[in-house]
Amino acid sequence: MASKPLWTYEAHTLHDLFCEGAVSAEEIVTSHLARIRAVDASVGAFLYVDEAGAVAEARRQDQWSAAERRERPLSGVPVAVKDNIVTQGMPTTAGSKILGEFVSPYDATVVVKLKQAGAVIIGKTNLDEFAMGSSTEHSALAETRNPWDLSRVPGGSSGGSAAAVAAQLVPLALGSDTGGSIRQPSSYCGIVGMKPTYGRVSRYGLIAFASSLDQIGPMARSIRDARLLYHVIQGADRHDSTALSSAGDRTVSGGPWRIGVPREYFGEGMDAGVRRLTEAALERLRGMGHALVEISLPHTSYAIATYYLIAPAEASSNLSRFDGVRYGMRAEGRDLLTMYEKTRDEGFGAEVKRRILLGTHALSAGYYDAYYLTAQKVRTLIRQDFDKAFQEVDFIVTPTTPDVAFRRGERDDDPIKMYLGDVYTVTANLAGIPGLSMPAGVADGLPVGLQWLAPGLADTALFDAAATLEPQMEPMVWPMGVEA
Amino acid sequence: MSQYQVIIGLEVHVELKTATKLFCGCSAAFGGDPNTHTCPVCLGMPGVLPVINQEAIRLAVRSALALNCTVRAVSKFDRKQYFYPDLPKAYQISQYDQPLGEYGWVTIRGADDAAKKIGVRRVHVEEDAGKLNHLGQRLGDATGSLVDLNRAGVPLIEIVSEPDLRSAEEARLYLTELRAVLSYLDVSDLRMEEGSMRCDANVSLRPEGFAGSLEDLPRVEIKNVNSIRNVQRGIEYEVIRQTELLAAGERIVKETRGFDDATGKTYSQRSKEEANDYRYFPEPDLPPLVLDPQWIADMKRGLPALPDAIRADLVGRGIPEKDAEVLVLDREAYEYWREATALFQDERLVTNWMLSDLSRLINARGESFANSGVRPEGLVELLGLIQAGTLSGRMAKEVLEAMFESGQTASQVVKDKGLSQITDAGAIQSIVDQVLHDNPAVVQDFLSGKEKALAFMVGQVMKQTRGQAKPDLVNQLLRDSIQKNYAASQD
Repeated sequence: MASKPLWTYEAHTLHDLFCEGAVSAEEIVTSHLARIRAVDASVGAFLYVDEAGAVAEARRQDQWSAAERRERPLSGVPVAVKDNIVTQGMPTTAGSKILGEFVSPYDATVVVKLKQAGAVIIGKTNLDEFAMGSSTEHSALAETRNPWDLSRVPGGSSGGSAAAVAAQLVPLALGSDTGGSIRQPSSYCGIVGMKPTYGRVSRYGLIAFASSLDQIGPMARSIRDARLLYHVIQGADRHDSTALSSAGDRTVSGGPWRIGVPREYFGEGMDAGVRRLTEAALERLRGMGHALVEISLPHTSYAIATYYLIAPAEASSNLSRFDGVRYGMRAEGRDLLTMYEKTRDEGFGAEVKRRILLGTHALSAGYYDAYYLTAQKVRTLIRQDFDKAFQEVDFIVTPTTPDVAFRRGERDDDPIKMYLGDVYTVTANLAGIPGLSMPAGVADGLPVGLQWLAPGLADTALFDAAATLEPQMEPMVWPMGVEA
Repeated sequence: MSQYQVIIGLEVHVELKTATKLFCGCSAAFGGDPNTHTCPVCLGMPGVLPVINQEAIRLAVRSALALNCTVRAVSKFDRKQYFYPDLPKAYQISQYDQPLGEYGWVTIRGADDAAKKIGVRRVHVEEDAGKLNHLGQRLGDATGSLVDLNRAGVPLIEIVSEPDLRSAEEARLYLTELRAVLSYLDVSDLRMEEGSMRCDANVSLRPEGFAGSLEDLPRVEIKNVNSIRNVQRGIEYEVIRQTELLAAGERIVKETRGFDDATGKTYSQRSKEEANDYRYFPEPDLPPLVLDPQWIADMKRGLPALPDAIRADLVGRGIPEKDAEVLVLDREAYEYWREATALFQDERLVTNWMLSDLSRLINARGESFANSGVRPEGLVELLGLIQAGTLSGRMAKEVLEAMFESGQTASQVVKDKGLSQITDAGAIQSIVDQVLHDNPAVVQDFLSGKEKALAFMVGQVMKQTRGQAKPDLVNQLLRDSIQKNYAASQD
């Protein structure tokens, strides 16, 4: 039996201990449930914890033979799921009031894959409503705090998942990333988060925000664990026409690499601690024998504007189905139109409404060409920036965000400032390429994230590359530790 | 009244006959208890994604090719957005600016027999919406509405004509021909009453001398009419209504109108002055639809014979044009005809019997050529008996009726009813003698040159033989007997 509490272990270790028979799945699960009970009242990572279901699943797995445990790469491992990914038998809220008491009649493909891989799904994590936001403050249902400093936000929109992993409530969590929603909270919470190439993970069962940008991805405390979770959830899906198998994956040579450093990502407005730790990480890479190459991604300055046209446009369409007719909440009205209006007025929060309005406008007759179509053209230019860059370099390394976790409430009245925080992450979504955030260290008690970008379909290579840097970095001392 | 030219364009929606829906695995069958042909995808549940049904694409391509369209190797899907309870996602996945097929045509022939090509602007694929069942007698006083999503997601093609139609009659001809073409493709049930074929008609009047774009004319759309006949009636009414409005110096309002079957009138449904903005944009959940040009070419080669070719073939075989038209427009009749003529050489005789007596009996019984109790081989057996002289035409009609009633074959009926034709002169002679004896005045009429008098006597003989005497033979025997026994006294 291990000397440290089981909740401090990484996923692969827990899985090994379970396979060896050193610990039972029930012990693993109850340890994490106890940790959640002890800590989550102050963190607020979870919207729903399925204690009974998790324990029952653990007991079921404890009946498995060693071979059966080995066959399933996540057997015995507790996993949290962002609450915009649908699950049978647990509520799915998307952090919104409009879904009411909704319980999905089907499991998302990633959830099916998790279950097949033996993962024990512990519960559903908080998020900005419909994944729209960068702080998780836009959840209509709960507050989530950054485990490193409870007065600060965990980032968003996968803030619940990031906080859960950082506070060691679970070793693994699923997030979704439309403009940085995995990488930015991973950066703010000091964990590893990865947005796969668009299409490498099925979106079936992910409540769509911006369909051409959304990707589900892994969040963990180590690259090894993130990679393990990625390999479970990736792959083609007969329910998702845009999902791709590993057949087209790209490889990258074992190094030394040419690492691109885009000058546009090191401009004004970067936090001093972020700059210092990013530059230190780049020096380490140079020290490992890689060549640092200054590159230009000239259309970067248009990325935020482009993103905030395309994403709301798609969102305005995707969120139309929440109309009070078939599921979720309904505010009764004297006629159909009034019912629609009242339901959507009462059901959606301010940030969601803001984006629906933006997107509806961008798609309206007379504005479509100027806004949506132009944004799509710029999107192509941004993609071409990366195509060109990756002809010269193997990977690109940047800060994940220009700043560290900000104080709760600080950006309530300044949505533009919140949007601008996505500047380094949205480009990967617009270009469809994979991006990974890993801890670059801690500045003044708050973690800083380092972002790796790779060519499309080089997801596995991206994990491999980031994994070589991980041992060179200061080991993380996780917040809210045993002694806390 | 003639200073306006009638401009009509038709939009026809056709449900494709696939086993499953366009974007999910649910049954696409008509009917079923409400919401039993549904799944998370067609219910528009959170998180679902569409996956295209390849069979629907195959049927759509087949249709587009048969309508002489150019089929795009690359087309895409778009979202057409509006809120309504029968539309679960609040958008319909359709095709906007890159439809599957374009630049086609349908040839119609009017009473003057001049062929006219009606342009087919586009054929595109889209999903059907569900249905609302209103509680109460009419929508106006409905106390509530129940949503049935069985039909939601059933594959449709929309066939948009150019505004080339100039009268309600041309619209009728176009729809009839369009339905005939599609009927040979096995792509749809084409049942207007079940909604598997639906038509919206756009009607506008062009003032003489108007040189602008037709798009600028105020257009009235008559929605969802449930039969070809009613499309025609609706257009006829609309042309009169608009003409009268203009004559009275009033303006035509661009709007959507319904058609009332009972009154034959159209009525305003909603004004399009503040046009719906559907906010179309490319469907991000579906990759572009890419078709192999070779596959498209193979599909085109694989098309069955279509009405124009069939018409030419029938007329070439000596079938009268009017009959050929009837056969072509009813695929079941044509296939019946093909089966029958494969077994029986006299194609004219087959055609005549099919289109007169058989049609009448089938219609009277509410059957069709496809499910009629008398199969082609049964009809052919009957025609064989006529040809062999065993049955007269009149007897054959009786036998055919009996075949319908009893399900027996022609020879069984003939045997049971003792109906075979009397061809033995000896057996008829005594009856002939009797008739001549009983009708001396008629005989005299005949002798004085009234040919009709003979027909009366033939009729009398036929009556006494219960129609079984061979008419030619009776005719001959009567003439011979009169010649032999009565003509002499005249001298």
